[in-house]
Amino acid sequence: MIWTRKDLLGLEELNREEIELILGTADSFKEVSSREIKKVPALRGKTVVNLFYEPSTRTRVSFEIAAKRLSADVINIAAETSSVRKGETLLDTGRNIQALKADVIVLRHGFSGAAVLLARKLDISVVNAGDGWHEHPTQALLDIFTLKEKLGRIEGLRVCIVGDIAHSRVARSNIWGLTRLGAKVTVCAPKILIPPGIEQTDVDVNCDIEEALSKADAVNVLRMQFERDARDAFPREIDYFRKFGITRERLKKTGRDIVVMHPGPLNRGIEIASDVADGSSSVILEQVTNGIAVRMAVLFLVSQAHDKRISAD
Amino acid sequence: MKEKARILDQEAVKRCVTRISHEILEKNKGVKGICIVGIRTRGAHLAGRIADCISGIEKEPVDLGVLDITLYRDDLTSISQQPVVHKTEIGFDITGRNVVLVDDVLYTGRTVRCALDALADFGRPRTIQLAVLVDRGHRELPIRADFVGKNVPTSREETVEVRLTESDGKDEVVLKERGNE
Repeated sequence: MIWTRKDLLGLEELNREEIELILGTADSFKEVSSREIKKVPALRGKTVVNLFYEPSTRTRVSFEIAAKRLSADVINIAAETSSVRKGETLLDTGRNIQALKADVIVLRHGFSGAAVLLARKLDISVVNAGDGWHEHPTQALLDIFTLKEKLGRIEGLRVCIVGDIAHSRVARSNIWGLTRLGAKVTVCAPKILIPPGIEQTDVDVNCDIEEALSKADAVNVLRMQFERDARDAFPREIDYFRKFGITRERLKKTGRDIVVMHPGPLNRGIEIASDVADGSSSVILEQVTNGIAVRMAVLFLVSQAHDKRISAD
Repeated sequence: MKEKARILDQEAVKRCVTRISHEILEKNKGVKGICIVGIRTRGAHLAGRIADCISGIEKEPVDLGVLDITLYRDDLTSISQQPVVHKTEIGFDITGRNVVLVDDVLYTGRTVRCALDALADFGRPRTIQLAVLVDRGHRELPIRADFVGKNVPTSREETVEVRLTESDGKDEVVLKERGNE
């Protein structure tokens, strides 16, 4: 299997072998973070620019650590403190970063398709760190990596994704990645937060959390964004917790040990009970650790492919 | 590429491993302080055999590690095929130890240079020694082996292929040459 993409824009466009190559490479990179000197020279002399149009700490820091462990130089640009405020377009900002001879742009943007647009117009690598409601590929990859590490396989697993599916790029990327690797995905949410058209896919819909959990090996609990989208469905946070919150009682009822994931940041007592988040089934902090290895693998693969392309020209 | 000569057969490979193991023990005056680190892929197989042999002779276990040097290569972008990153597994502290680095073929010395860089990230060994099954000459860096299975004079048009049971189903070393098709 050879990786030829200069960008990582989403999991929808990847085939099974490509996803498995990223996961395999990430597995090799994981060891680097356990060394006393947590650094390898693979991206020495490369510059990675984190271009973030939406606030994000964990994804940005994770990418920054990943790039630094590969010996790349990292620049962080937050839109609210940059010339974006003076009206510069995304494309112009991208072209300027390219003119500064950066090698990779890690882009977080509120509009779906922003990363695709930038990748098409620029020669340098673009990694999508979340675009609107579209995709968040590295988050899904680290979720899948963690699941595989925990349960030994993805093929045949039954994964339940709970929360605001309609507005979630994490859900979309997870659905693409998991189904491509042969897992069975069930989404669980109030009807109004289920995206229309989902019946036409292989994904099952179940609006009853206890029923959905009873058939799951793992549950990925999405963050409920009450500050924006979820308000339409539930007037009060406690109503959501009563109906869809992941609690110890609900997990116990299934009679099985279900792996609990959450992309963070946690809303304790809204989508997940505190004792579940801190409990033995939770792999939430392992997800954070694995995120570094996954992002190292992605940065390594896209810049390799980019350099190959240059030397082939 | 056509096969020109068979340099080592199964028995010869075995004898080389046994002799190198004895030489390592002789030079280091026993097993104390030694650890064996093989360079993926075939160096790691050989390292495993040497470690087995040494612990068989000394009746004492010896630490064994595996090094993947992909991330330390200086030719990442110019090599034709895409490198696959594998795991490095060194589950012990190498600081203050006598590290015996093992590879299958010593040629330009660039692989060993990468391995030395990589080892430096894991600690500060007392010494690093180098054991190879075949030394085929043509060094491009000031590097030499401490333990050599067989010295094989070659031309640059030739390649030396080491086959080991663990990865290739049998033990042998062959010399190949670019044929005139």
